Amino acid sequence: MHVSSEIPPLKLVVVGHVDHGKSTLIGRLLHETNSLPDGKAEAVIAMSERRGMPVEWAFVLDALQAERDQGITIDTTQIFFNTEKRNYVIIDAPGHKEFLKNMVSGAALSDAAVLVIDAKDGMQEQSRRHGYILHLLGVRQVAVVINKMDLADYREERFQELTTEIRNYLSELGLEASAIIPVSAREGQGLISAPDRMPWYQGPSLVQVLDAFTPPVLPTERPLRLPVQDVYKFDERRIIAGRIESGRIRTGDTILISPSNKKVTVKSIESWNTNAPALSASAGQSVGITLSEQLFIERGQMISHEANAPVETNVFRARIFWLGRKPLEVGKRYKLKLANNEQTVEVQSIETVIDVENLTTHSGDTLERNAIGEVTLRARAMLALDEFSDNPKTGRFVLVDEYDTVGGGTIFMEGYPDQRSRTDVRSTNITAVEHRVTPELRAHANGHEGGVLWLTGLSGAGKSTIAIELEQQLFAKGYQVYVLDGDNVRFGLSSDLGFAPEDRVENIRRVGEVAKLFASAGVLVITAFISPYRADRDRARSIAPDLFHEVYVAADVATCEGRDPKGLYKKARAGEIKEFTGVSAPYEEPVTPEVTVDTADRTANESVAELMAYVEENFSLVKRNGDGR
Amino acid sequence: MDHLDALEAQSVYILREAFNKFDRMGMLWSLGKDSNVMVWLARKAFLGHVPFPLMFCDTGKKFPEMYDFQKKYSAEWGVNLIVRDCPPIEEIDPTLPPATRSAARKTEALKRLIAEQDMQAVVAGIRRDEEATRAKERVFSPRGENAEWDFRDQPPEFWDQFKTDFAPGTHIRIHPILHWTELDIWRYIQREGIPIVDLYFSKNGKRYRSLGDQDITNPIESEAGTIEEIIAELEGTTIAERSGRAMDHEAEDAFERLRTAGYM
Repeated sequence: MHVSSEIPPLKLVVVGHVDHGKSTLIGRLLHETNSLPDGKAEAVIAMSERRGMPVEWAFVLDALQAERDQGITIDTTQIFFNTEKRNYVIIDAPGHKEFLKNMVSGAALSDAAVLVIDAKDGMQEQSRRHGYILHLLGVRQVAVVINKMDLADYREERFQELTTEIRNYLSELGLEASAIIPVSAREGQGLISAPDRMPWYQGPSLVQVLDAFTPPVLPTERPLRLPVQDVYKFDERRIIAGRIESGRIRTGDTILISPSNKKVTVKSIESWNTNAPALSASAGQSVGITLSEQLFIERGQMISHEANAPVETNVFRARIFWLGRKPLEVGKRYKLKLANNEQTVEVQSIETVIDVENLTTHSGDTLERNAIGEVTLRARAMLALDEFSDNPKTGRFVLVDEYDTVGGGTIFMEGYPDQRSRTDVRSTNITAVEHRVTPELRAHANGHEGGVLWLTGLSGAGKSTIAIELEQQLFAKGYQVYVLDGDNVRFGLSSDLGFAPEDRVENIRRVGEVAKLFASAGVLVITAFISPYRADRDRARSIAPDLFHEVYVAADVATCEGRDPKGLYKKARAGEIKEFTGVSAPYEEPVTPEVTVDTADRTANESVAELMAYVEENFSLVKRNGDGR
Repeated sequence: MDHLDALEAQSVYILREAFNKFDRMGMLWSLGKDSNVMVWLARKAFLGHVPFPLMFCDTGKKFPEMYDFQKKYSAEWGVNLIVRDCPPIEEIDPTLPPATRSAARKTEALKRLIAEQDMQAVVAGIRRDEEATRAKERVFSPRGENAEWDFRDQPPEFWDQFKTDFAPGTHIRIHPILHWTELDIWRYIQREGIPIVDLYFSKNGKRYRSLGDQDITNPIESEAGTIEEIIAELEGTTIAERSGRAMDHEAEDAFERLRTAGYM
């Protein structure tokens, strides 16, 4: 019986530990569903006889000479078969540890998975690793086959025992098996119909479970994501080419291009050999569009609508599976490929290495081949991306080292904000006013230039203590000086903001703008904010680049936690404060601060004296001109 | 979006990736149904254009209908066609079985053409469902300096992130219709109205299901005289597509040896 080929086949990956019988299962399944070409079954029987062994259905797949000799599947094979309900493509993924890259290559293509486990051996290392990787890749439909039940004398107790173990492991991953089926592939038990050798089993056969899987649904209802693949100018049209990963696009739509943040209108959707010009296109389609304006657009940029734009960031977290011969290392740079974007990223840190055996985690400086871990990656440039849970297609990436793909990962943003700028001027009809009192006049009147001393560092590093003391000493010397303190600002200017990453970004933006106003008025402003993200401090600097002086108040977490003047670390450790910098949220050290004061091994007075000297050197007109006031 | 739309979109994506990554690339146009579909898909990808040369390695033993077809459509489609003759059989590895050795002439001609044109990449219209070793192929498949294929150590390929970084001297085969089946090809030919050589249609109870050299390709028994009839025939058959291609059947590993050495 043949099913219409007009319905796309369901893509099925078969995974599991080496020698647990994946290829045999597939070969037998093809035979039982009458999917083998004429003569193939006879050929397999003859081939087995020639080698003096019982019928080995794995020979159906192991087409290559080398494989037959070694008896292991080297690569991903794709085999087409059908049941009465529909067509399938089976991807036979190798179970040998050496070939994880091939298992990933196969599993990433699949809509559903069959995890094969040997009834005698039970769960082995690669059974667990494959289970974990299915989870990482986002494969959610999984049938577990307990194979070789004939070698366990078809005993129900053995089946129940394994079922409990498997369910426990998968549930810790957040995976639930669609079914767990006792099978003997060699004997043809449990594949198509109820296994007569196991009358105690009342559940579905493998084919019944497969037929109940649902085909993938294109994400047409998610926000639009159209990564720019290329720009063509073959004729008078300038065509932006790309595949719509999610959502829909229509002619006349206003689209946003990230990370340049330009807006433009879709003029047309181009095609060749179609009946009528398309007015809209949706997820899955490879399209070519033209725009109403000739903007600079290049491969790697992301097209979306203005509402529901992708996250914009240069730093993000990821769960990674590593395939490289050389381990992934902190501080090392790799090429990131995310949709059509290619950028250099540096491994900022490895948070955890995951042990697939028991799902425990430990820390480490490297991820070895075939390992899985959580890392933080930093790019030089801004990236447009999504969290994997929001949009798998634009929330995953591969890493390339030299010439090879060495790993894959899925993105999550925990602890890091969306850096998409909120500084777009939303008001219209506004014009900047020219002052007649120039900065020079103000400086002359005050005897010093205005500016911003931006103190950054962990809670407890001594920012506020230093700022208040410095303010007092400078004031005594006649400076126009004012401290903007973190807590004080949060009573008023930022009383509407909390401590979520996005709120912190906005808080720092406001402080940056206020500091600039003070500094422009001729005042020396001292700010005392943790300001943990490099990007935010850079943005504060960009508000007033000539006036900005970054001061790193440096002390390690242990020192700060020892001081804990406000008892915050204690609360953070107890879980009472979430997203606390240094404990449960990151602090990114300044790269090139104007001043670093190390408070771990000196007194507050010594630090203040150091900064006093810096201010006199850089802001005072008295010293520089020597003319007094 | 139906099944054919999805197949087309994926092929277009692959061709566009290849065109972005390689300045010097070409597409093999064997004149068979699959390569005609592939040329058609290139015109879809590049909005009516084929922005790279089509290449044909002439064994001198193709059917006359195929040469006529080539002449007609290379002009009608306005493509840049490069034709080179295959070297004589005497220059080919004599340890290969006869039909395999004959087919290997094409591999040798292709190697020479790649060297002559300094091509970084060649687009070939193979499919996973055709034959077991092709099932193991990657979409972007690197070859060594002598065009050989190392099936034991293929690059990982997932999430449509193809291998696009190479050591100097690496040559790449690109397979934009790897994921299509024979039936998909026929349905697409039907939907799009793609021209094909009429040897595919039944004459006197026989038709060709796969086209190669005259002396090593055999017709099958068939009454299918239209595309509709071919589709109906294929939906019922359990005979392999390449059953009429002699070199696939001379030895258990004949085709594998051909491919490892650089055959398509």
